[in-house]
Amino acid sequence: MSVNEATTNLTRDDFKTNQDVRWCPGCGDYAILAQVQKVFPELGIPRENFAIVSGIGCSSRFPYYMNTYGFHTIHGRAPAVASGLKLSRPELSVWVVTGDGDALSIGGNHLIHCLRRNVDLKILLFNNQIYGLTKGQYSPTSEFGKMTKSTPFGSVDEPFHPLSLALGSNASFVARSADREPKHLTDVLHRAAQHKGSAFVEVYQNCNIFNDGAFDHVTDKKSKSDVQLVLEHGKPLIFGSNNSKGIVFDGFSPRVVNVADVGIENIAVHDEMAPLSYHMALSNMVWPESPVPMGVLRAITRPAYDSLVNEQISSTIAKRGRGKISELLRTGDTWTVPPR
Amino acid sequence: MQLTGSQFTSTTALVGNDLATLPDFPAEIRAPAGTLAGVSGFQVQFGSSEIFTPGDRPDVLVAMNPAALKKELGDLARGATIIINSDAFDARSIEKAGFVGDPLEDGTLESFRVFKVPLTTMTHRSLEATSLSKKDKDRSKNFFALGLMYWLYGRPLEHSLRWIERKFAKTPEYAESNSLALKAGYNFGVTTEIFTSNYTVPEASIEPGLYRQITGNQATAFGFIAAAELSGLDLFLGSYPITPASDILHELSRYKHFGVRTFQAEDEIAAIGAALGAAFGGHIGLTTTSGPGVCLKSEAINLAIMVELPLVVANIQRGGPSTGLPTKTEQADLLQALYGRNGESPIPIIAAATPSDCFFAAIEAVRIAVKYMTPVFFLSDGYIANGAEPWKLPEDKDLPTISARFRTEAEGFFPYLRDPATLARPWVRPGTPGLEHRIGGLEKAEKSGNVSYDSFNHEKMVRLRADKIAGIASDIPDAELHGDESGDILLIGWGGTFGALRAATKSMRQAGVKISHLHLRHLNPLPKNVATVIRSFGKICVAELNLGQLLKIIRSEFLVDAIGINKVQGQPFRVSELVERISAILNQDTVGE
Repeated sequence: MSVNEATTNLTRDDFKTNQDVRWCPGCGDYAILAQVQKVFPELGIPRENFAIVSGIGCSSRFPYYMNTYGFHTIHGRAPAVASGLKLSRPELSVWVVTGDGDALSIGGNHLIHCLRRNVDLKILLFNNQIYGLTKGQYSPTSEFGKMTKSTPFGSVDEPFHPLSLALGSNASFVARSADREPKHLTDVLHRAAQHKGSAFVEVYQNCNIFNDGAFDHVTDKKSKSDVQLVLEHGKPLIFGSNNSKGIVFDGFSPRVVNVADVGIENIAVHDEMAPLSYHMALSNMVWPESPVPMGVLRAITRPAYDSLVNEQISSTIAKRGRGKISELLRTGDTWTVPPR
Repeated sequence: MQLTGSQFTSTTALVGNDLATLPDFPAEIRAPAGTLAGVSGFQVQFGSSEIFTPGDRPDVLVAMNPAALKKELGDLARGATIIINSDAFDARSIEKAGFVGDPLEDGTLESFRVFKVPLTTMTHRSLEATSLSKKDKDRSKNFFALGLMYWLYGRPLEHSLRWIERKFAKTPEYAESNSLALKAGYNFGVTTEIFTSNYTVPEASIEPGLYRQITGNQATAFGFIAAAELSGLDLFLGSYPITPASDILHELSRYKHFGVRTFQAEDEIAAIGAALGAAFGGHIGLTTTSGPGVCLKSEAINLAIMVELPLVVANIQRGGPSTGLPTKTEQADLLQALYGRNGESPIPIIAAATPSDCFFAAIEAVRIAVKYMTPVFFLSDGYIANGAEPWKLPEDKDLPTISARFRTEAEGFFPYLRDPATLARPWVRPGTPGLEHRIGGLEKAEKSGNVSYDSFNHEKMVRLRADKIAGIASDIPDAELHGDESGDILLIGWGGTFGALRAATKSMRQAGVKISHLHLRHLNPLPKNVATVIRSFGKICVAELNLGQLLKIIRSEFLVDAIGINKVQGQPFRVSELVERISAILNQDTVGE
């Protein structure tokens, strides 16, 4: 907990609602909900100042299970609704919960524009690489060749890399975690909460009904040290059992090496504020060719849109005084028709 | 040409005439000059008596080129005066405009008074002393023409001279050339002998008071600012540029010191989404658009209906369907506003009648939205949005009160607990301790607002939402009836056709016809007096710029055999065509019915 996170005496229970949680038993969403309920009371924000806005899909039921202000909107449009809310009420901590279909298919446009504007929203994208609520069609993050109800011959769609899309929109904060990494997820949520501007977090989430085990290679206890490249600012990009492997860059291309072969001093050092091309290279690292980066890829400082908008309002009012409609109507050319 | 037209308009307003205008311009920004498609026109009717419309058939036409002449010729009154820029009538331009022979020579203009003036040459001559290029000098010719018109109708130059100085403050060379051309045009009228007479149009006898000129879009913007001020809240506009609504976005984006936040969104859906998000946050949420934009917004409108948050959707109607006629007027989105969504989705609808009425209609839309916690449609159209009229400015005391109240008491709170009088649910701003709650598009359980799939609850909620909107009928004024309370024929209209319908009714009443005009400003719910009025007339006709949308409503609501007068040409009604068609309906043999 950082210094600016004053205590509010809130506990996890304060953020639970009386509504039955209706995700399928075993769904990864439960674990994410538990971590968010753990993190929120630690942020030093009064409960009434949280608002969670969602779109449509399994993940978007999230607001109903959080005892905060919540708005379950329409498919793909949560970033737009949340932007309006944040612009009107800058003092609120506004979170968007979305999924791979909601954010990247129907809502792709709103997501990229929200990120480029840098509206101060915390966006959690639960990526399960499948459409759950509509019962099992492929999604824009499903792998090429995916066999689903709507692709019985295999999907011929190339998937998005959500983090690359966010970086392409010049997002100021881009991170990845997973439902089965509670400690890691908690840390990333804290970082997202503290970031001023759009914080985009992709959370690998297991759909045990329609796409079970999609991220087993990342989260399986036996293999994960060889698969996860856990990012820490200022630390070398090393992974594998005993941290024996590392990443070096040949120009813009990352390459896996044995640390012993090149020396630790030649391993690339993670920099959250590095030029975009470096973060883009990380976001394009795909298993099994590369390990999977986990953690905060990018965290840069740039002005938040809602601050800029509200600054224009307050500085103009300070300069000109609050306008009155009766005066506004009488500006410009007016004329008097005298009584006859 | 639009600038020149609005200059003539404001000077004419300043000298005390009543007036109405009709700007008519192409959808393309720089349509090819000299072609029919590229003609940009500006029609104004002014006089010393009350003016309701821009007029049917102009008495004077200034034709800057053959295409303009070709386009307008058919509309002119016989005997009208045509002032022609003879410099522009070369063989190629004449052919480009689609004339077979030279209209100036072949008798085409026989029944008109034609004045051939070499406007371009004269403008160049007046600018000889300046160092401007030929092209720049050419641009001043509209001001030369304006100066000539000022002489013809005895208008002073001062207002336009001041305006030119302001408008071209950063380019003094244009300020100089336009001023010179304006004065030269005026002096040309004074010194030349081609015009034997000029005209005096005395002041109209209009109500005393302070006036300004206003377009519909400007009045709309001011109305929403006023509504926010009256409610004590900030205004939030989410919008995506679209013709003919964009001017409202432009206008509102200027007024930051009124606490107006404007959000130019990535698309129409985000625009309404953000406005709804701001409404959730406790602002006056507004989205402005035209028909195609409403198509995209319909899902979000339904969300607003379901979550019962105040929101105004302003549709500045244009010719449709699809992209249709972006710069032309039409009233064909009424049924879209009423029914264009999935499920039972009732929504109040208010339509502005004139440019200045947009101000009051905007306030009324916000009043209803806030009081009843509902999205509201505000309908305007391209004709009143771009048209201008003199407007007697309202005093503060003439404006209604809007009481916006946020619930803060946690005791006994339920998100869907309804006010027994209005059936509105409470408005709670996020940030209010103890009232944390969730809303969303899934059906809500009565009172608790929890998600409910219960079938009986669903029917109850559908009926509650319908009753809430229907109940607004007790809170709106009677529809305005002009004429006697009973008679042979009732002319019903709505929206921007008000002026033409009122003028037609007046002229027929003067001729002894027992006709009255019922104007509907509230389209949903309908005012309570409509039923009684309808039963007091022999024939009912409904005039609209569509194929009969209000007609359908009137027929189904009141079970009357109403007759439609319909036009879909992208142009407003002419008073004369209304009179003609109403007369034909009156003269139809009703025996045997």
